[in-house]
Amino acid sequence: MSFKIKALTKSIWVFHASAGSCNNCDIEILDCLTPRFDLERFGIQLIGSVRHADALLVTGAMSRKSVPRLKKIYEQAPKPCVVIAVGTCACSQHMFKDSYHVMEPLDKILPVDLYIPGCPPKPEAMIAGIVKLVAKLRKIK
Amino acid sequence: MNILFNYLIFPGFIFSICAGLMAGWVDRKVTARLQYRQGPPLLQNFWDIIKLFGKETIVPAQARATFLFCPYLGLVSAGLVAALLGRVIILPMESFIGDLIVVLYLLMIPAIALILGASSSRNPLASVGASREMKLVLSYELPFILSIIVVIIKSGGVIQLGQILDHQALSGSNILSLSGGLAFFVAIFCMQAKLGYAPFEISEAEQEIMGGVLIEYSGLPLAVFKLTKVVLLYTLPLLLVVLFLGKDLSWWLIILKYIALLVVIILIKNTNPRLRIDQAMRFFWRIPTLLAVIAVALAILGF
Repeated sequence: MSFKIKALTKSIWVFHASAGSCNNCDIEILDCLTPRFDLERFGIQLIGSVRHADALLVTGAMSRKSVPRLKKIYEQAPKPCVVIAVGTCACSQHMFKDSYHVMEPLDKILPVDLYIPGCPPKPEAMIAGIVKLVAKLRKIK
Repeated sequence: MNILFNYLIFPGFIFSICAGLMAGWVDRKVTARLQYRQGPPLLQNFWDIIKLFGKETIVPAQARATFLFCPYLGLVSAGLVAALLGRVIILPMESFIGDLIVVLYLLMIPAIALILGASSSRNPLASVGASREMKLVLSYELPFILSIIVVIIKSGGVIQLGQILDHQALSGSNILSLSGGLAFFVAIFCMQAKLGYAPFEISEAEQEIMGGVLIEYSGLPLAVFKLTKVVLLYTLPLLLVVLFLGKDLSWWLIILKYIALLVVIILIKNTNPRLRIDQAMRFFWRIPTLLAVIAVALAILGF
């Protein structure tokens, strides 16, 4: 495991991109920062600009308008940058699968490192997912 | 050799960065505890900086050359102030005439570096941030300099940090007099604005202009900007300790006074929402400037 990856796993700054979600996942993500769950314990922060991001957190069903913008955002992020799909919509499009306004699930668009299913996923599920992501990142390099 | 050691290692860069990062951790931890959270682990700020060193640096397509040069400008001048202040505290006799003026100028450079860097990144939100930072500099510099003039008048017109310390050792800390107390009160607000903490974090408001001045920075330059801020967090309270609370400067008293000032900064930060830029200007040009002028008048009259 390189030192660079270790430092990355110790302080993950998250940029939150909503690609046509119903806002429920977004609320649950903010719940992770509240006193009860407090993700800052692990050095995780939500940041405003994608240029500072280490993780791109995507929610929503990938609507037609948001997909090109999502690709642009991913290109703007400095690498190494992991992509996290939050919610069943982002993982597999859920009940919008055959809908006219969605294109394809997130892993056909960007290289996804972590899937957190659920509608919406609980904060506990997200924390469990992040723990698994950290373990995975430390193992591969 | 000795100068290089002083500049790069002991009171200068390495030491001030480590002390500032620890102060930054105290800030985050106390903020978390005030909000009933657990807060980050002890070495969190060090990991943040190390991680930023390892990230890719992206330069926007149309950015000017100053984009990559500005962060270092700010860090170099902030580190120089840290070195000067550390030398003065260790050996008050070895300061040179006019080092207070040098310190004042050097403390302005980080803000100017931020403005230059942001406006050379060609990002509209960064230019909004730069214009806000510029207005903020305009509003807090006047009361800050006025409150330092009070100190100069109190110690008989010397502009040498060592002699200001000497004067306070003989006749008591500046804060104990009426004019000194007023000037100290004003200087605390100016320090808050210089550090860019709430309620004056207007130039990088994360929620409205997404990091503002820092929006286009990534990787190493962003780390250098964060380090500049951290060195300022170490330097500015120390400058106020030297100017206003300099009666007895044994090492544990310095640490105690520094921590007291840090707590004041954290409390102001946590109990105030962010102001709009016009509110901040109005605030600085009314109350603190007026108080500072009164303090100067009182100091001339000898109170």
